[in-house]
Amino acid sequence: MIDKRVDTIAEAVAGIADGATVMIGGFGEAGSPIELIHALIDLGPKDLTVINNNTGSGHVGLAALIAAGQVAKMICSYPRSLNSKVFPELYRAGKIELELVPQGTLAERIRAGGAGIPAFYTRTSINTPLADGKKVRTFAGKEHVLEFGLTADFALVKCQTADRYGNLLFNKTARNYSPIMCTAAEVTVVQARNIVEVGQIDPECVVTPGIFVNRLFNVPDPVVESELVKAGTQYP
Amino acid sequence: MSKPGDNPRGWSREEMAQRTALDIPDGAYVNLGIGIPEMVAQFIPAGREVIYHTENGLLGMGPEPSPDNADPELINAGKKMVTAVPGAAFFHHADSFVMIRGGHIDLCVLGALQVSQQGDLANWSTGAPDAIPAVGGAMDLVAGVKKIAVITQHTTKDGHPKLVQACTYPLTGKAVVNRIYTNLAVVDVEDAGFVVAELAPGVDFDFVRDRTEAPIKMRSSS
Repeated sequence: MIDKRVDTIAEAVAGIADGATVMIGGFGEAGSPIELIHALIDLGPKDLTVINNNTGSGHVGLAALIAAGQVAKMICSYPRSLNSKVFPELYRAGKIELELVPQGTLAERIRAGGAGIPAFYTRTSINTPLADGKKVRTFAGKEHVLEFGLTADFALVKCQTADRYGNLLFNKTARNYSPIMCTAAEVTVVQARNIVEVGQIDPECVVTPGIFVNRLFNVPDPVVESELVKAGTQYP
Repeated sequence: MSKPGDNPRGWSREEMAQRTALDIPDGAYVNLGIGIPEMVAQFIPAGREVIYHTENGLLGMGPEPSPDNADPELINAGKKMVTAVPGAAFFHHADSFVMIRGGHIDLCVLGALQVSQQGDLANWSTGAPDAIPAVGGAMDLVAGVKKIAVITQHTTKDGHPKLVQACTYPLTGKAVVNRIYTNLAVVDVEDAGFVVAELAPGVDFDFVRDRTEAPIKMRSSS
């Protein structure tokens, strides 16, 4: 029998070791798997490379993981925002590495990684500093930049509804990077608001087919990042 | 003559957004950047149906929600809460950027630090050594969207021209901007450089030329 559900959140993140590459779903707070990130803080691996669009807010979730000194390198497109304080301080102090990637290139690198495509050419970033040192090739009279697919040891994502096979549905714009990250990681870990019986999700509506999912943990009432930031909450 | 930057003439921010909206045709798929571009949606003339794309994964973005309708999982690219109109679609990031990079979006309206006479755009970084570099979707948008429009003040707060011979800030894209809506004029970027298509009320061509670093011409009325 296939049952990807795990009983504890510690089991969900077990095995994420020092030096691992971890994709974390979410665009700002929408789709951020905060409970899984906090479990990763509790587990405590160091020298992580984290792939996310941003760098977190306040002192919870991704920002707290960075503040805990567990992240050696961020691969992201927009590392600053209104309530992002932790990353900018560490970056200015030279204590964390940044690989800045245009948002669409980041998405396509993850998609390519999940699809077994090692590299591709794109127009994005041509003639800009973000193309410096990259291979350029002309197709149909236009220059394109070579970019590499991204894969990860683990992906941590949040979804709205799942079944024990790992078929997933998301909520509105909280979907963002999660479906492609599920395809690009060796082990995909999902926190789901609802877990339903197999057969209850309409096959026509499945967003992420279960083949891309390894572990499933039920978080029925996830915290809301902006509320925690507003309240000044710090994790741990 | 008044000094550049302290003129009371020309269009307000709302009027720049309104002027931009006049050029958006019925049926267009449009991506609006953060700031003044966001305001364009409220000025689309009656009778035109325009679909707004936000790169975090929504086609059919509607206005800001009422407080009882607000959902932190329904946001735009600026991470502000929005609504989804009837007929909207949600999708993941790779599909969202297929729309952008695959040339499926008709128009993108962005802000700018500088635009050059060749249509080069600088809008993501001032290159300051202590700044945290952040790019988001800007380079994808200028590389893939069919038409790129910019809304910007004609000069910086301290009077420096933003329509320049060559950008001094790091580029977002080279030769990508088609049309610029400033507080003083509507300016097209053509092979020959900047061409004024329309002047704001009360603004004459010399006033615009004096505040533009690169050569600029008036469109001949033929």
